Amino acid sequence: MKKLMTGNEAIARGAFEAGVKVAAAYPGTPSTEILETIAREYKNIYAEWSPNEKVALEVAIGASMAGARAMASMKHVGVNVAADPLMTLSYVGVNGGLVLVTCDDPELYSSQNEQDNRHYARFAKVPMFEPSDSQEAKEFLKLGFEVSERFDTPVMVRGVTRISHSKGVVELQEPVVPPVPIEIRKQTAKYTMLPSFARVKHGVVEERFVKLLEFAEKFPGNRIEINDPAIGIISAGISYEYAKEVFPNYSYLKLGMVWPLPKNLIAEFFKKVKKVIVIEELDPFLEENIKAMGFKPKGGKNLFSICGEFNPLIIKKGILGKRFKAPQPVFEEALPPRPPNLCPGCPHRGIFHTIKKLKLVAAGDIGCYTLAAYPPLNSLDSCICMGASIGQAHGMSKALEGAGKGKFVGVIGDSTFLHGGIPPLMNMAYNKSYATIIILDNRTTGMTGSQEHPGTGYTIRGEKTHKIDFVRLAEGLGIENVRTVNPWNLEETEKVIKEEIEKDSPSLIVTQGPCVLLRREFKKYNKPLMVDSTKCIGCKACVNLGCPAISYQKVEGEMALTKDGKKRKGISYIDSTLCPGCHLCYQVCKLGAIQSQDEKPIFGFETM
Amino acid sequence: MDNHTTNVLVVGVGGQGVILASDIMSEVFMEAGYDVKKSEIHGMAMRGGIVSSHFRFGKKVHSPLIMEGEADILFAFEQLEGLRWLNFLQPKARIIMNDHKVNPPIVNLGEMEYPQGIPEIIGSKFKDFYLVKGTEIALQIGDARAANVVLLGAMSTFFDIKEELWLDTILNYLPPKVHELNRKAFATGRGEIHQA
Repeated sequence: MKKLMTGNEAIARGAFEAGVKVAAAYPGTPSTEILETIAREYKNIYAEWSPNEKVALEVAIGASMAGARAMASMKHVGVNVAADPLMTLSYVGVNGGLVLVTCDDPELYSSQNEQDNRHYARFAKVPMFEPSDSQEAKEFLKLGFEVSERFDTPVMVRGVTRISHSKGVVELQEPVVPPVPIEIRKQTAKYTMLPSFARVKHGVVEERFVKLLEFAEKFPGNRIEINDPAIGIISAGISYEYAKEVFPNYSYLKLGMVWPLPKNLIAEFFKKVKKVIVIEELDPFLEENIKAMGFKPKGGKNLFSICGEFNPLIIKKGILGKRFKAPQPVFEEALPPRPPNLCPGCPHRGIFHTIKKLKLVAAGDIGCYTLAAYPPLNSLDSCICMGASIGQAHGMSKALEGAGKGKFVGVIGDSTFLHGGIPPLMNMAYNKSYATIIILDNRTTGMTGSQEHPGTGYTIRGEKTHKIDFVRLAEGLGIENVRTVNPWNLEETEKVIKEEIEKDSPSLIVTQGPCVLLRREFKKYNKPLMVDSTKCIGCKACVNLGCPAISYQKVEGEMALTKDGKKRKGISYIDSTLCPGCHLCYQVCKLGAIQSQDEKPIFGFETM
Repeated sequence: MDNHTTNVLVVGVGGQGVILASDIMSEVFMEAGYDVKKSEIHGMAMRGGIVSSHFRFGKKVHSPLIMEGEADILFAFEQLEGLRWLNFLQPKARIIMNDHKVNPPIVNLGEMEYPQGIPEIIGSKFKDFYLVKGTEIALQIGDARAANVVLLGAMSTFFDIKEELWLDTILNYLPPKVHELNRKAFATGRGEIHQA
């Protein structure tokens, strides 16, 4: 049976067909839908959102120890978090097959850096497969488990955004029964990396590498396609498909396995073709390793950029060089851009409006709220990695001493806090910080499309479970001042932030506004607000909240005067189809020009 | 089937159902016996950003991405987005565009104007151009969200594929309670092109 599947859906299907028993992940674009698909489609697989990628990989290691096939999936930067267990997992190996899926993000569509995770395979001395379409994504996942068990190694499968989020036709098969029994095992020397055991294991890893090299030479996913021998392309993953698209007549060495590399096969290819060009997105990983073997490709990163995502046109341009003719643009005027934005009614908006009003610097973190760095809010000032805001705010407090008092905060989302924010918050209490941290608790993992986490009270499959109480957690860590605020109430929000940033001891403010898209948290939405066009003077106070429902419209003639004769150039307009009625604009309007249609205006919503 | 691959670019704004429409199209063409690939970027786009979906069908499709200057069909759900992607089209491309505007934030802030006369600009450069009142029709039928199905109805008239396959595939993606509404949306959309 055939089905159209995204790369992520195909990876999930591959896990199912391979007989995976345990799958763990933390959401992260472009990897998120792998576990979501498993949770939705393949009920016999245990699936969990772990609080972070390190935990997810450790869960998979435990399941593999017990003999089960296990998978952890994450975005590229997630592997940094999971790198600690990964490096030593390479030493201990597996019982049941273990596959770590990394989804890289060339072009940084939704990421903070553009790292190339092929380096991790070399670094950790583990094999890595890289599919070039959905069908291969499924096949390589299954193969990954076989290779993992056969060579006693974790296996990495690398995708990129363009694989994860592209659909292609996939041939479905029935699931297999994995060969390793699931049972309790005591294998102290295999799994306990005390120096004496680990020294032995390092030798085993090096021997394993030699065996994997032999495997790579014979692996049919590494294949030579000889057409015109004048030009030979060495490529892998999505770049191979782009190259085949524009130069179907060239010869190819298609590498399905990007680590370790098959030296003999590469030598054979160099003999068969005249001029070799290496085509790969991001770092010159294949190129440098091929050169280190003593081969001399004519083209590589001298023709193609290390930065950004490829596409067929970039390949064409790189190969043709001066002979390349760019398509003629038919329209060249600059158009209004359309950057992503906080939603109408978003609970983060009031906090960032207040941070801006108080002229605070905000050490930021990773989530929807990172968008507050853009105009018109312009009120978030850093984004490094999950949880970094808290350590940064503390570090600023120690560097600035008294001079920083009242001038900065750290802001972090609920899911991000649980991912990487607890140790740095503990540190703030332990090392006597005066910094103030705001947890933007919107009760979901918003940016990746609303996933559950330990603070939501639900598992990935919607079962009720323990829900973390942020206030009690902070108190337990030793944070003296813990406050909650309604982030849609600007007066209250400003008062609480002002009080806390002046204190000498660490403070935590937890906002109590759920993500406006999370229907289950709202008893109801409010009626949309309206602008009284007779009163509005076009001061843009509401417009500068950056709400997509509010627009500024120029006025002329009669409309260029208010009822009491004041001149105005434009007025605000609220799109009633977009406005959920959070009443932030109602609060910032000094002229009473924004009218509530609710009998008794409430700031924010009646939530569950 | 010849070796030609047809390139369809589906564009709009997050929340308009662009991805659903391209999902439906890909499935229709797979069922009709073609190799199909399609690609789009989700993630931050769902926060009101630009959505563009590349959809390609033919005998054997390699790249999921369309090359600039090679799209055969532009399927635009919003005027400004239609204009934005013109440079992806080959000179004789066909354009089916929803007659609908969604202001980007910078226009809401009053810092840039929404471009005027977009249908005229497009019409002056591409002859095979159809403007469909998708959102307006969907609102008349009863739900603005059905605009993508009205537009699919219009789009479907350009291919030699049975109407039932389109309709069955569309309804398969939607909950039963909105089937009647979407049947009507699809049929009305088909009618729009015959009149054009």
